[in-house]
Amino acid sequence: MMLLEIDNLSLNFRTRSGVVKALEDVSLSVGRGETLGVVGESGSGKSVLSFAVMGISDAAATVSQGAIRFEGLDLLKAGPSDLDELRGAEMAMIFQNPRTALNPIRPVGRQIADVLLRHAGVTRAQAQDKAVEMLARVRIPDPERRAKAYPFEMSGGMCQRVMIALALACSPKLLIADEPTTGLDVTTQAAIMDLVGELARESRMATLLITHDLGLAAERCDRIAVMHAGHVVEVAPTAELFARPRHPYTARLISTTPRPGASLAALEPIPGSLPDLRGELAPCRYSARCHLYQAECDAGPLPRQDDNGRMVACRRPA
Amino acid sequence: MPVLVSLVLRRLLGALPSIAAVVVVTFVLTRALPGDPAAYFAGPAADAQSVEEIRRKLGLDKPLPVQFLAYLGDLAQGEMGTSLITGQPVSADILARLPASVELTLCGLALALAVSLPLGVAAATRPGSWVDHMARVISTAGVSLPVFFTGLLLVYIFYYLLGWAPAPMGRLDLFASAPTTITGFYLVDSLITGQFATFRAAAAQLVLPALTLGLFALAPLTRMTRASMLGVLGSDFIRTARAGGLSRGTVLVTYALRNALLPVVTTLGMVFSFLLGANVLVEKVFAWPGIGSYAIEALVASDYAPVQGFILTMAIMYVGLNLMIDILYGLIDPRVRIEA
Ligand SMILES: Nc1ncnc2c1ncn2[C@@H]1O[C@H](COP(=O)(O)OP(=O)(O)OP(=O)(O)O)[C@@H](O)[C@H]1O
Ligand SMILES: [Mg+2]
Repeated sequence: MMLLEIDNLSLNFRTRSGVVKALEDVSLSVGRGETLGVVGESGSGKSVLSFAVMGISDAAATVSQGAIRFEGLDLLKAGPSDLDELRGAEMAMIFQNPRTALNPIRPVGRQIADVLLRHAGVTRAQAQDKAVEMLARVRIPDPERRAKAYPFEMSGGMCQRVMIALALACSPKLLIADEPTTGLDVTTQAAIMDLVGELARESRMATLLITHDLGLAAERCDRIAVMHAGHVVEVAPTAELFARPRHPYTARLISTTPRPGASLAALEPIPGSLPDLRGELAPCRYSARCHLYQAECDAGPLPRQDDNGRMVACRRPA
Repeated sequence: MPVLVSLVLRRLLGALPSIAAVVVVTFVLTRALPGDPAAYFAGPAADAQSVEEIRRKLGLDKPLPVQFLAYLGDLAQGEMGTSLITGQPVSADILARLPASVELTLCGLALALAVSLPLGVAAATRPGSWVDHMARVISTAGVSLPVFFTGLLLVYIFYYLLGWAPAPMGRLDLFASAPTTITGFYLVDSLITGQFATFRAAAAQLVLPALTLGLFALAPLTRMTRASMLGVLGSDFIRTARAGGLSRGTVLVTYALRNALLPVVTTLGMVFSFLLGANVLVEKVFAWPGIGSYAIEALVASDYAPVQGFILTMAIMYVGLNLMIDILYGLIDPRVRIEA
């Protein structure tokens, strides 16, 4: 059994201007100690997916089908108190915007201590000490003093590290990291990712690493899932994905990423943009942008081929 | 918190010009009002000569600048002149009556807060529910009803029709005796001295006028609490708190409400200063012996000194109020405290 299993998950948002089909038939799984990368353009549904796993979707969201299982427990059917026990302790999340993701009027150390107090069965003083220790682990200088600071007194990168300390405080089994290192300098970025990797090895923590940075994904992930407009279009072990992308979108995505040795001319943007997720959508949401598109692509649901841990949702895969 | 102290000092200094302006304006205004106090106090039967004599005695025959200087000199010694109606120093009159007004206002505000905060929070956590609709109805009704009308309506229903409330005749009915004065607040004094019958009588008298003021304050406070909570509940850090598995109470109170309180405190300050004004009408309706009714009686009699004293007191209370709001703000929000 995998640690996290997402089966055929579809999620919609009710909005004034219609129903946004933000996720459709998403299936993914993450094993213990594994790092799964999730890549895709802005708006492809990466954050929506991670919120759904954490059970913190917006009120306007409804899951129309599918299941999310964590250690066999169906999260979509679990009661709120069961979920509260899991959240923060067994599974934790690093949010995309560290500045706004922290409570502006509560000292950052207290915010970490709050989570520890809730889950770790410690006293307030112990929680505070542990919070300082966590701040030190994410390489915040002078953690004692910083624990008493408010988010507005810190730089963006510093808030990012607080966010990471907050997520890792209870040594979760699953870490969802939504762009954990954007806004950090290269050295800190490496140090943070090393820390995450260390925890992953030590305590077999699984990581869902959401990123725009294909380079980072290539370096840190065991497998990578590619998302486009609410679909998972391809999943493959990292090396294979880069060596032989099968979905045309994956291939485009890789060719738009600067690499050493590649000429700048090869860096062409992906044509077109994400489709509007409201209203009718073609079975393949990439078809309007695809250079391989043919009429047969519009015929019914996409076939999904699974072989040797590879999946691609395309009628004309490479 | 030395930062907070310096903030307070700076605010106090900043308020001095406004207080000075209030002093000048009230002086000029009261002199410009129609009516001649000398004639009023000489009585309708008096001849021109005795009116002149009273005028001289009151110092009203001197040129305005001289009168103003004399007024300033008195103020500097804490003197606000003498009321012609009561024959007492205005400062003594106001000090004696201020607790009645403050007790009433605070009770009204406490009632309003006790209802509006939970109601606003409940409405924001369940938008579109019946609580939310109720909050909306209350906010709309509260704004559209003028305060003297609510006052009269409450008296009509609860005194005249139902007979549940005592007659709207001041702070105590005829049979109760005032508690020993310690703070001047009847509720507090009667409790301290253990005069529980007095406490009950005072509370019974207080309910309707406090309710009138409370209803008036309820609408803006509920509306602001709801709007502010809605905004905060949708923000990223609430999502973080939920992702940390924090209990619903912690998320709602420690994380959401404390943040949502900032605009509510601002509204509270505004509402409070409206209440200072609304007080005048409510005191009239309920024959409440506060400074509002004192000022009205003086105004009718062209009695300058109490009117000036009243306005000055209001101005000082207004400044003090804003100061308290600033301090509250600083206590809630570290950004105010630290960046100041
Ligand atoms: N509350 C909501 N109501 C309506 N639509 C929403 C809501 N939240 C997200 N969406 C839509 O869902 C889609 C996926 O958004 P999501 O935030 O998951 O993208 P993302 O892949 O995380 O992008 P980024 O890389 O910029 O973070 C977008 O089209 C977005 O507009
Ligand atoms: Mg996102």
